[in-house]
Amino acid sequence: MSTLQTTTDEVLRLASEHFKVPLDKLNPDDDFFTKLGINSLQALDLLTRIEQHFRIELPDYELQGVNDFRTLAERIQSRL
Amino acid sequence: MKKFKGETLSWDVTDGAIELLLNRAPCNEIGSTTLAELEAFTGALESLQKDCHALIIASARSEGFCAGADLRELYRRSQALPPDQRVAGVREFVERIHVVGNIVDAAPLTTIAAVHGVTFGGGFELALLCDLIVADKMTRFCFPELRLGLIPSFGGIPRLKRDVGNGVVRDLLLTGRSINATKAQAAGLASQVTAEGDALRVARATAAQVRKFDRATTAAAKKFIKPIPHEELKQEVDIFCDLFTRPAVEAGLRRFVESTDALPYLP
Repeated sequence: MSTLQTTTDEVLRLASEHFKVPLDKLNPDDDFFTKLGINSLQALDLLTRIEQHFRIELPDYELQGVNDFRTLAERIQSRL
Repeated sequence: MKKFKGETLSWDVTDGAIELLLNRAPCNEIGSTTLAELEAFTGALESLQKDCHALIIASARSEGFCAGADLRELYRRSQALPPDQRVAGVREFVERIHVVGNIVDAAPLTTIAAVHGVTFGGGFELALLCDLIVADKMTRFCFPELRLGLIPSFGGIPRLKRDVGNGVVRDLLLTGRSINATKAQAAGLASQVTAEGDALRVARATAAQVRKFDRATTAAAKKFIKPIPHEELKQEVDIFCDLFTRPAVEAGLRRFVESTDALPYLP
């Protein structure tokens, strides 16, 4: 069963792999827009990868105001 | 004209399939130049379709299929008009889009939208003109218009109602959320979901399959199973134009136009 910690780790790994940022440079409280250097279009891309990876639906309005990996993982966790 | 290369799109014929390729930065926003070139395409379609069996609509932009209407141009053109002429100006644009849409919708060919990435608003409506939607797994479909105080106006609501259950229509319209290709397939919108970057290849394979069938039979079947909802399409234009006059819409469009985000697609 996934915990918030394992979900956060998986999100960091997904972001690291897709946006080519070393995993050890990413922390749960990082602003992912800044740390990954992504715009809203790339954030949509990340959302789609998250939905596929976790096999969930995560409406984009739930991500309004969400900037850090930990809160993103919390939103995912609530759908698992 | 079998071949065309314009500022925003091009078309060509390969193995009896017409390929209409959108290519306007950043993500094929539909403004007056795209509309004029789509009108040129529908003008050429009558002649093209004599020797073809399929039409594929796709995008050359990595960002996606199409992000919808060019709201920045719409806003600026509207603001350039005296207030009492703004609705007439937007109605003229929308009605021209509907003429194009109805021609593509009714074309006696098998029409296939090969979509990827952002397929929002008018882009989603463009895909809904087609008989089949082949979606790359990274596609996101969305009707964000209510965020601006508007409804879709390129024929999206009647065509979505034609294709899927009303619950799906309400979900997409009333929440303005985007859905991925898997969800779109489960809802009956996308006929096939492909690997990343594979939508056009799969659309071409589908076009090769439908080439085996008698064209007159395909045309008769299509006419029977895909009626054009003319009355509802007219109602949609009227509702859109009615909503467009409200100050909240002007304010919403101004916020969008003035946004510092290069691609302000998220809510």
